[in-house]
Amino acid sequence: MNPLDELYQAVILEHSRRPRNNGPQPVPPAFHAEGVNPSCGDEIEVWVNFTEDGKIGKVTFQGQGCAISQSAASIMTVKTAGRSVEEARAMLTGFHEIVSTEIDPDMDRFGELAVFAGVRQFPARVKCAMLGWRALEQALNRSEASVTTE
Amino acid sequence: MSPSSTPDWSAVRAQFPILSQVQSNGQPLIYLDNAASSQKPQAVIDALVRYYTHDNANVHRGLYELSARATDQYERARGRVAQFIGAEENEIIFTRGTTEGVNLIAHAWCSKNLRAGDVILLTELEHHSNLIPWQLAAQRHGATLRFVPVLDETGAPDPTALPAMLTPEVKLFAFVHISNSLGTIHPAEEWCALARSRGIATLVDGAQSAGHIPVNVKDLGCDFYVLGGHKMCAPTGIGALYGRAEMLDELPPFHGGGEMIESVRYDRATYRAAPARFEAGTPNIAGAIVLAAACDYLDGIGIGHIAARDEALTRRMVDALNSINGVRAIGPEGPRGALSSFVMEGVHPHDLVTAASEYGLALRGGHHCTQPLMKKLKLPGTARASLYFYNTEAEIDRMAEILTAIRKYFA
Ligand SMILES: Cc1ncc(COP(=O)(O)O)c(C=O)c1O
Repeated sequence: MNPLDELYQAVILEHSRRPRNNGPQPVPPAFHAEGVNPSCGDEIEVWVNFTEDGKIGKVTFQGQGCAISQSAASIMTVKTAGRSVEEARAMLTGFHEIVSTEIDPDMDRFGELAVFAGVRQFPARVKCAMLGWRALEQALNRSEASVTTE
Repeated sequence: MSPSSTPDWSAVRAQFPILSQVQSNGQPLIYLDNAASSQKPQAVIDALVRYYTHDNANVHRGLYELSARATDQYERARGRVAQFIGAEENEIIFTRGTTEGVNLIAHAWCSKNLRAGDVILLTELEHHSNLIPWQLAAQRHGATLRFVPVLDETGAPDPTALPAMLTPEVKLFAFVHISNSLGTIHPAEEWCALARSRGIATLVDGAQSAGHIPVNVKDLGCDFYVLGGHKMCAPTGIGALYGRAEMLDELPPFHGGGEMIESVRYDRATYRAAPARFEAGTPNIAGAIVLAAACDYLDGIGIGHIAARDEALTRRMVDALNSINGVRAIGPEGPRGALSSFVMEGVHPHDLVTAASEYGLALRGGHHCTQPLMKKLKLPGTARASLYFYNTEAEIDRMAEILTAIRKYFA
């Protein structure tokens, strides 16, 4: 496969054309954060809702951006729903490894996220792939901060 | 080559060694990001090597031959750059680039002249380099910024707006000569004359005009003109600020340090006259000398020829872009700088530019350091192709083929 096809895998193009979980959620109960990529000005907003037992309920996002940032955010909303905060954070670390290192992604653990391994050949695009995840991270931080101050 | 006869452009192109390279995947380089930085001809590269091989020493201090030679070349470079834009030698301050030139004036001029309640007028097209320094100055002095509005995607300023906006509280009008994101060419002469008739100082951001079109600061009638060397065949890290002599003489220093002083006590100092007052510390000596070499090189071709070449290539490029299904060129209909922003339906500029790179095509994608403008025009950024005289018709045709393929890829 040439580097372009590796970057723009069918799954990625499909999610960028038809992003899942697109749109805001009411705050509260949801937590909200936004990520900005200063090199292109792209912005992604993320909303996270929690279930009664403290798990991540629904994750949604909104924003304009390239195919990489849109599809990464879209897949992120699908993969993190129903997980614990800890699991979501581990997934973020794993995703960062997938897009920016030489480490072989653990397909069992990451499944669909591994399609982003093509990003590693385009260092300038790592920020695009991480944009939604960084916003999610902030939203999770906010939710935890609100718990500890309660 | 005499400036009067039309240059042999393929011979000119051959003077740029970098342009004959192939990319790592075997594709020949098509460099269309000249508005970000230009390439350097062998003559300029040689001048840099010559300086460090034969003439390098600190300037203005050594009482020995080598330092005298470096000093002589450095000061002659000042004269050469002055000549390049129709200024006097003592009106040229060497800077790190356009950005530093704007910052120098935003500090020195504003600290002397800007008061609370005053207004600095800009246009909505400004590069962040000609926006943020004024935001900071306005915050320091309690002044505000106003913006000459841009009408639409053609980048045309509202023709009726300016006279009404040059009101008494406006103390300085700073504007881009040629817009780096839309290509708009502002009527600098007319605007500077109008501002001057009302006692308003003017600064022209010449980052995209220097080395592209004939520039004579006396004809422009501006008080300040800033340029960067790296967009006109010189290295990065060197630029020049022109200041009208009477304006510079009145200004306090920008940076303090060696070279800019007359006499120093522990608690105070007196400063040298311009331009030395504004060049604290060891300057970019090699950069200045090589910038002068770039002026020699460009004048050797003839700026008039360069402008005509820019124009012909740009017209071909805009037509080529508009002929691609789903692509829309943005910017002025008539004369424009040697660049075109464009959007491709359904394809984000970053994806487009990444894909183009796989074909060896170097484009720019994003907000082009004009984020507020992109927001105003409701564009999620654009892709931009920008030219210089060494680009070829064949490269433009190839660009069109590549863009057509990219559109198919993402469709
Ligand atoms: C219109 C304009 N102004 C200012 C700048 C900044 O120039 P420099 O890189 O010389 O600081 C640029 C280029 O980046 C530009 O295009």
